[in-house]
Amino acid sequence: MNIVVLVKQVPDSGAERNLRSDDNTVDRESATNVINEMDEYAIEEALRIQEAHGGEVTVLTMGPERAGESIRKALSMGPDKAVHVVDDALHGSDALATSKVLAAALGTVNPDLILCGAESTDGRVQVMPHMLAERMGIAALTGARKLTVDTNGAGGATLTIERQTEEGYEVVTASTPAVVSVWDTINEPRYPSFKGIMAAKKKPVTTLSLADLGIPAAEVGLAGAYSAVVEHAKRPPRQGGTKVVDEGDGGVKLVEFLASEKFV
Amino acid sequence: MDFLLDEEHEALRESVREFARDVVAPVIADHYEHHTFPYDVVRQMGKMGLFGLPFPEEYGGMGGDYLALCLALEELARVDSSVAVTLEAAISLGAMPIYRYGTPEQKARWLPKLVSGEALAAFGLTEPGFGSDAAGMQTRAVLDGDEWVINGSKAFITNSGTEITALINVAAVTGTTADGGKEISTIIVPSGTPGLTVHPGYSKVGWCASDTHELSFDDCRVPAENLLGERGRGLAQFLRILDEGRIAIAALAVGLAQGCVDESVRYAGQRHAFGQPIGDFQAIKFKIADMQVRAHTARLAYYDAVARLLAGREFKQAAAIAKLHASDSAMANARDATQIFGGYGFMNETPVARFYRDAKILEIGEGTSEVQRMIIARSLGL
Repeated sequence: MNIVVLVKQVPDSGAERNLRSDDNTVDRESATNVINEMDEYAIEEALRIQEAHGGEVTVLTMGPERAGESIRKALSMGPDKAVHVVDDALHGSDALATSKVLAAALGTVNPDLILCGAESTDGRVQVMPHMLAERMGIAALTGARKLTVDTNGAGGATLTIERQTEEGYEVVTASTPAVVSVWDTINEPRYPSFKGIMAAKKKPVTTLSLADLGIPAAEVGLAGAYSAVVEHAKRPPRQGGTKVVDEGDGGVKLVEFLASEKFV
Repeated sequence: MDFLLDEEHEALRESVREFARDVVAPVIADHYEHHTFPYDVVRQMGKMGLFGLPFPEEYGGMGGDYLALCLALEELARVDSSVAVTLEAAISLGAMPIYRYGTPEQKARWLPKLVSGEALAAFGLTEPGFGSDAAGMQTRAVLDGDEWVINGSKAFITNSGTEITALINVAAVTGTTADGGKEISTIIVPSGTPGLTVHPGYSKVGWCASDTHELSFDDCRVPAENLLGERGRGLAQFLRILDEGRIAIAALAVGLAQGCVDESVRYAGQRHAFGQPIGDFQAIKFKIADMQVRAHTARLAYYDAVARLLAGREFKQAAAIAKLHASDSAMANARDATQIFGGYGFMNETPVARFYRDAKILEIGEGTSEVQRMIIARSLGL
């Protein structure tokens, strides 16, 4: 099975993150950048499917030059190769433009299965799997906490996921080719071993530009975006909480507080 | 001249750092408190290839070098020393002697499961009445037909009594040398061999989640082919193993020293006294600065020792300096970190309290600080 995993480099959600003052886009220069956490689960799932069914795993990243660090790290977990779409004109692309670029890049690999994290910790819009499926005319199985692959012997497979919902889960099925997005409940990603790290050095990374994909620069980037961040401000510092002192009526005061905040 | 790690070693450091943070840190305090061996952590360390770091791929190893091992030990010990010493002993004292001195049959039989971390090996050298002075060794092995018959006891043997311990490399007196000294050889004793008794785990001050036992051998018989390396070369073998092991212990000590800095920096920013974070007081700032100096210089000392080892140069003095300075630094940093934490530093639940309890053994194990000074002085011709 030919599997592509979408990997996005994002600012570390555990450290301070900022937007740029000049164009309101994510400040990637001053941030500590890491692989989007949910994507590591997608990589792990791809590797497990490869271990069970064979085939090839390719990492696909769209991002600036420095996203190459995250590609290397992803490859050190075990995938065979990577495709890096890098072009200055991509800066500031919205989800629609990103999906256009990724769909075109996916066309160069022709995967049976596209795996990705259910969301990225910077954008958090969760629309990429749907947009890709729509552009490519294939099924989208989203929000998986479990994925089962039944191969049909002819190179294709039936995919069944347990789709995680607020109340429980739904069982959803599709045939390949398809896009599957996963939550962090699906597996435990492996840590890169030293052998994996050494091997990653030698794995091929294909670099593609917008011209290579035949996409005009005007359709992507800040200028081509359908949505724009007009302004931004720092989150206000947390206010001191309300202290309830129990003088025999603590319970009543607590309920009053909760009611005033519309919690009850 | 280059003190900077290459990308691959830096990536390994990062990978082990994440592992220690995500897998070790959440569970280790509980194991420590209850003196239990962290089997699940060890299994996951095996899965990520840590037990195979310095071994070639033909045995399932990672094809890394001694620096890779040291970096992994440092990053583990930054969070917890028990798991770090479990790895150190399993590799340096358990699998390495077999890799270096074993026959092809011994290597084929034991190395794959040791390298994968499915099984652990131990090194039985120290005895109740003998540590660094090999002349004091009492455990004897006598060849009886095609079997070695071992009698004696061993003390403080790491990894010797876990459920996954496969074997113990036992150093024993096997005869008399031409000049009347003790002929010492190493013999592989598989776990469960009749006549081998693994006594209950010690109650230790530190390293409480690592496995340490006293062993006794009572007419313990193993096949003659379990001799590891040449007969009578046991002393030379373990001196080499211990020289290398000192660098590994130095790396582990640097990890502890750096862990003290990490915790202190974090706490100094959180804890308030007299209206400000305690990190704003010069008394605390300077203390932490000194701690960082110790950790950093000790790291450079072990980098130097590893560089010499990897270059095939003489490294005995450098290893002794690294081990001495790193263990001093760990002890001093643990003392300062607990002081910064105040009352909380005296509570076992605080990581720095674990660091404090774990630091002392670093000045004792794999050659005491006094022995390191002896080695350094001897290398100066004294």
